[in-house]
Amino acid sequence: MIKEWFKSGLPWVWLNAAAVSVCLIMIVSVLGLIAVRGASHFWPAQVVQFAYQDDGGQVQTLIGEHVDSSVTPAVMARANGIKMADNEDTLIQYLVKTGNRDVTGSDFRWIQERHVKSQQTPDDIMVIERREWGNFYGRLTAVKESGKVIASGANANAIALQKLDVTLGLFKDIAHIEKKEIGAVNYDLERLRLKQKKLQLEQQWDAKAQQEVAAEKAAYDKVYNAYQAQLQGLYQKARQDSLLVKTDSGSEVEISLAKVVRLYQPNQMGVFAKIGHYGSKVVEFLTEDPREANTEGGIFPAIFGTVLMVMMMAVMVTPFGVIAAVYLREYAKQGFVTRLIRIAVNNLAGVPSIVYGVFGLGFFVYILGGNIDQLFFPEAAPAPVFGTPGLLWASITLALLTLPVVIVSTEEGLSRIPKSIREGSLALGATKLETLWLTVLPMASPAMMTGLILAVARAAGEVAPLMLVGVVKMAPTLPLDGNFPFLHLDRKFMHLGFHIYDVGFQSPNVEAARPLVYATSLLLVVVILGLNLSAILIRNHLREKYRALEG
Amino acid sequence: MQKSSSSYYQKWRLLKDNIARYGVVAGGMGVIAAVVMIFFYLLYVVFPLFLPATAESASQYAIPEQAQGKTLLLDMEEQNQVAARFTDSGHIVFFNVETGKTLLDQAVAIPTGSQIISFAQATPLNAGAVIYGLSNGTALIVKHDYKVTYANNVKVITPSIAYPMGEKPLVLDDGGLALDEITAQISDDSTTVVAKTAQHIYLSSFQKEQALFADEATLTRTDAVLNLPSAGVQEMLIDKDGSHLYLLSNQGRLDFYDIGDKSTPVLKQAQNIVEAGQAVTSLAFLNGDLSLMVGDSSGLVSQWSMVRDDSNRSMMQKIRAFKVSDKAVVALKSEQRRKGFLALDAAGDLGIYHSTSEKQLIKEHVADGLSAVALSPRANAALMQSGDGKIHFWTIENEHPEVSLKSLWQKVWYESYPKPDYIWQSSASNNDFEPKYSLIPLVFGTLKAAFYAMLVAMPLALMGAIYTAYFMNPMMRQYVKPVIELMGALPTVILGFLAGLWLAPFIEEHLSGFFALFMVVPTVVMAFAYCWQFMPKTVLEKIPDGSDAMLLVPVILLAGILAFSISTPLEIALFHGSLRDWFRNSLGIGYDQRNALVVGVAMGFAVIPTIFSIAEDAIFSVPKHLTVGSLALGATPWQTLSKVVLLTASPGIFSAVMIGFGRAVGETMIVLMSTGNTPVMDLSVFQGMRTLAANIAVEMPESEVDSTHYRVLFLTALVLFAFTFIFNTLAEVVRQRLREKYSSL
Repeated sequence: MIKEWFKSGLPWVWLNAAAVSVCLIMIVSVLGLIAVRGASHFWPAQVVQFAYQDDGGQVQTLIGEHVDSSVTPAVMARANGIKMADNEDTLIQYLVKTGNRDVTGSDFRWIQERHVKSQQTPDDIMVIERREWGNFYGRLTAVKESGKVIASGANANAIALQKLDVTLGLFKDIAHIEKKEIGAVNYDLERLRLKQKKLQLEQQWDAKAQQEVAAEKAAYDKVYNAYQAQLQGLYQKARQDSLLVKTDSGSEVEISLAKVVRLYQPNQMGVFAKIGHYGSKVVEFLTEDPREANTEGGIFPAIFGTVLMVMMMAVMVTPFGVIAAVYLREYAKQGFVTRLIRIAVNNLAGVPSIVYGVFGLGFFVYILGGNIDQLFFPEAAPAPVFGTPGLLWASITLALLTLPVVIVSTEEGLSRIPKSIREGSLALGATKLETLWLTVLPMASPAMMTGLILAVARAAGEVAPLMLVGVVKMAPTLPLDGNFPFLHLDRKFMHLGFHIYDVGFQSPNVEAARPLVYATSLLLVVVILGLNLSAILIRNHLREKYRALEG
Repeated sequence: MQKSSSSYYQKWRLLKDNIARYGVVAGGMGVIAAVVMIFFYLLYVVFPLFLPATAESASQYAIPEQAQGKTLLLDMEEQNQVAARFTDSGHIVFFNVETGKTLLDQAVAIPTGSQIISFAQATPLNAGAVIYGLSNGTALIVKHDYKVTYANNVKVITPSIAYPMGEKPLVLDDGGLALDEITAQISDDSTTVVAKTAQHIYLSSFQKEQALFADEATLTRTDAVLNLPSAGVQEMLIDKDGSHLYLLSNQGRLDFYDIGDKSTPVLKQAQNIVEAGQAVTSLAFLNGDLSLMVGDSSGLVSQWSMVRDDSNRSMMQKIRAFKVSDKAVVALKSEQRRKGFLALDAAGDLGIYHSTSEKQLIKEHVADGLSAVALSPRANAALMQSGDGKIHFWTIENEHPEVSLKSLWQKVWYESYPKPDYIWQSSASNNDFEPKYSLIPLVFGTLKAAFYAMLVAMPLALMGAIYTAYFMNPMMRQYVKPVIELMGALPTVILGFLAGLWLAPFIEEHLSGFFALFMVVPTVVMAFAYCWQFMPKTVLEKIPDGSDAMLLVPVILLAGILAFSISTPLEIALFHGSLRDWFRNSLGIGYDQRNALVVGVAMGFAVIPTIFSIAEDAIFSVPKHLTVGSLALGATPWQTLSKVVLLTASPGIFSAVMIGFGRAVGETMIVLMSTGNTPVMDLSVFQGMRTLAANIAVEMPESEVDSTHYRVLFLTALVLFAFTFIFNTLAEVVRQRLREKYSSL
């Protein structure tokens, strides 16, 4: 019976079906993993208070978020040198995020379930998100202003929130002055320095020029000093208030409000409060600068850098890709040469992306950029302007990388347009260009669109070549700002994909940064899958249209 | 009027049409040319690696100040402008390198009544110190310095001499016997001098100690007498650390002493370093002082290096030899920044060699009777003195001596390694480091990663493609195909991140469960399939044909859970603890958290969509009349598939696998993030690797433009390019053939 069944070949069919199922399970679970881990990062977790007793130790109180658990069979636990009682089968351990890195030295701690005497979630535990040293978990005891206690006990919480609002407002002003105003002054000063050097190089550094530059410099210095004074005042005001907080071990710590980003008591929050908190965290994630070596805060510069780079790439790749496709399909004589070219183009799509990076670094950055510097920016030497990786080179490199995608897609669109349409247009006396411009290309535009979207999706997810031609882990300024010439093609930029690599693998505190990496991954996946899906939809729609046309 | 304007308009239209035609052709060709340029640019950067080195005579002139005695040593400064001639009468003659014009002739402060008996250049070579052994048992250390100044934007180099240990000679032999051989190691805070008289060999070391607040440093002197007959010692050398002493006796025996403790030198090894009947004619350290180059009377230069033997003792061993000439080797000079050396032979030939690449770079005839030679610190010029009283100035162009086909692709015996090996280690913090550019570990890593990825991807993708194209019902296919293709759009950096930070720890923890998956899932699927046929007809009819894949999803999920839940008890029962420990303790297989298994799964995931998509297309477009015909003749669907469809589609499947393999070879981020990136050559699935692509990503940003390292990295990019190019072209040609075949069927 079984033998017969095998002979029928059915089991193999089932095995093949299983392969499809496995593929589907894999992709769904990967997407699910990213979605769950990425989206849950912003949800305020319950903070648990453990009464914990180590082997033979005192009972101590531990406050923290429960992050992970692990179950180890007793045999293996013993092999790892953990004392286990005879009647215990498994060792259950919890990973607890205890925060307070400045007090205890680490953010996380593994504890054993069997040593936990009790756990509860008291309402009065406060989570303090700080600019440095990560989260703080504890109980608020008092609020101080200029060293004097102004509130303690029950109403301390409300006062602290009020004070925090004021301080955050001050910090908004500070950020504005530091980044926008002083940034602009610094930029102008740097331009002045270059101007001076240029004049010196051109032998025009005479008394008049010197006077002009000195006057300009004095004006900038004055503005700068005014801002500095203003900043000092703001900082002083912001540093007035502080919180007195009790840690889990009972010691009292004073935290300046200037170091606090957010205060909340997760155990007290209702569902709506939590949703509000979630929303504000998501907004922070999408619109703010990163903090603490990229492991906290937002990823706005990375989003901005990615979008700008991809847009510049799109501007470059579309005309060239379309022209190449039009040449191949409409102008070139079909034969050996076009076949060869098609093979080459298909081949290029398979060339490892890192090779493009190497090419970009060697050719664009060192050769092109180096020569541009020599010709146009002699005053900046020895600091390179374009002779170093930057936005322009990154987008050109990626344009080259995605060229085959656009060519192949546009060509496919052109090939689907029935011959009759071209012949009709030519028969009516239109020139080839008019035929192309007024009938063929408009009809093929959805195909170009598809190609462009696929190219953008590919470019947005590509990291390896960018590591060589312009991406950095932390860019002090955005490549687009209010200073002339507004778009700074020579600047380095941040990128979502590289951000994932960098924070996940190069950051000193990987465990703490991991949730943020999942969130960034989720964002990137959503963007890229969205782009791909829209490309597929456009393509399907297009096919339907031509089918109708042919019929 | 109207007519002319219309004809004008017509002309304008045609002109526009023509402009557009040329524009498009030019643009199209330009784009294609740009693409071809990538290849040629890579080649252009790599090419200089394989250019031969050249040397040419720049000028020659009579020996400057010949009256001041015979030349003991020629030396040259960094800029190749000033050279120095040290004579046996104690004069140092500085002269212009190009013209031979004397710049300064200075006599060394040799005390009256004593003569120079012996002379040596002190190590390290770039410190620019020499030592004179005198007839009254004393020695004098002299340093030559070159100061660069700019007067009116013209570079001026002023030579001078100095006495780092004072102008008064150091007393080595109290009895006042002549020092007939001498050598020294000189650095800022310590100096070691070894000198030989007719009776003894003395070792004196001076430690300079700077007291915290004192201006003057105090010198501590340690003396020792080597317990060795001094007769027959022909040459002596100390390495730059001052910890090893080499004595060469005139029978060609080398005695190697450990002088780490200056008061008690220890003889470590005595070794004959030339064939019987031959004599050592010159001896020099290779840069870094880890190897000795020995030139003999038969024209052979052999490299002797410290090699750790089985019992972990460092011994001198001959690691390679160069046949320089048929005549005796007259002089050897090492490069100061690379592992190259220059050899002069008795026939008057100049040869330049590189030890790592085992390459003869230059062989030129200079003049007869060559004796002294100077090699500039940048190794781009040489001065040689010939028998007819002339000095020959040659310039040398030798940018990339480290690279040869052998050093890239074959085993090389590197200094301080126990045996020849394939090693990739491109840079280190010290500058006398021997770069190791073997591409084999990287190619091995690349192929290993690709192999494990294909091991995961091929069965899943091909079987999936077969089912989707041939058995699945069209409704489902419409959704399943794009979903799997969408997998390919996932950025690899995300896959790499998940592989490195989620999958790697997961597999480490659940290794046994992971292996159990491969056994449990197929078994459960088969069992389910077998039982399925006994389901009541009513149920079977409700499930449309070809939707088995959906049915199997919960089954496989359950099987997975089963695999992981039985794995731990099984592990404990069978392996007495964790499988990982068992592998390590019983089989001696180490476990690296980021290993080939993780890469295989993660990169397999990335490659599946590529293979799946192309293979599915190939199978799906097999002409229907073939399958219908086969089925009509009574073949079962499986027979039709395996005997007709797969055979017809096999070129397409082949090209799918090729393209998938090409992608796995070039993938960067996944391997970068999910392996340890150590260039080891270990086939074990539990060890990491470094691939060509990841290596570029890691090292490219730090490499200096146009250096050998930079060009070798370009070479690896070219290798990658060529690799994928060959695979993709092959696949593309096969696919085009297949398309033609289908259209003819």
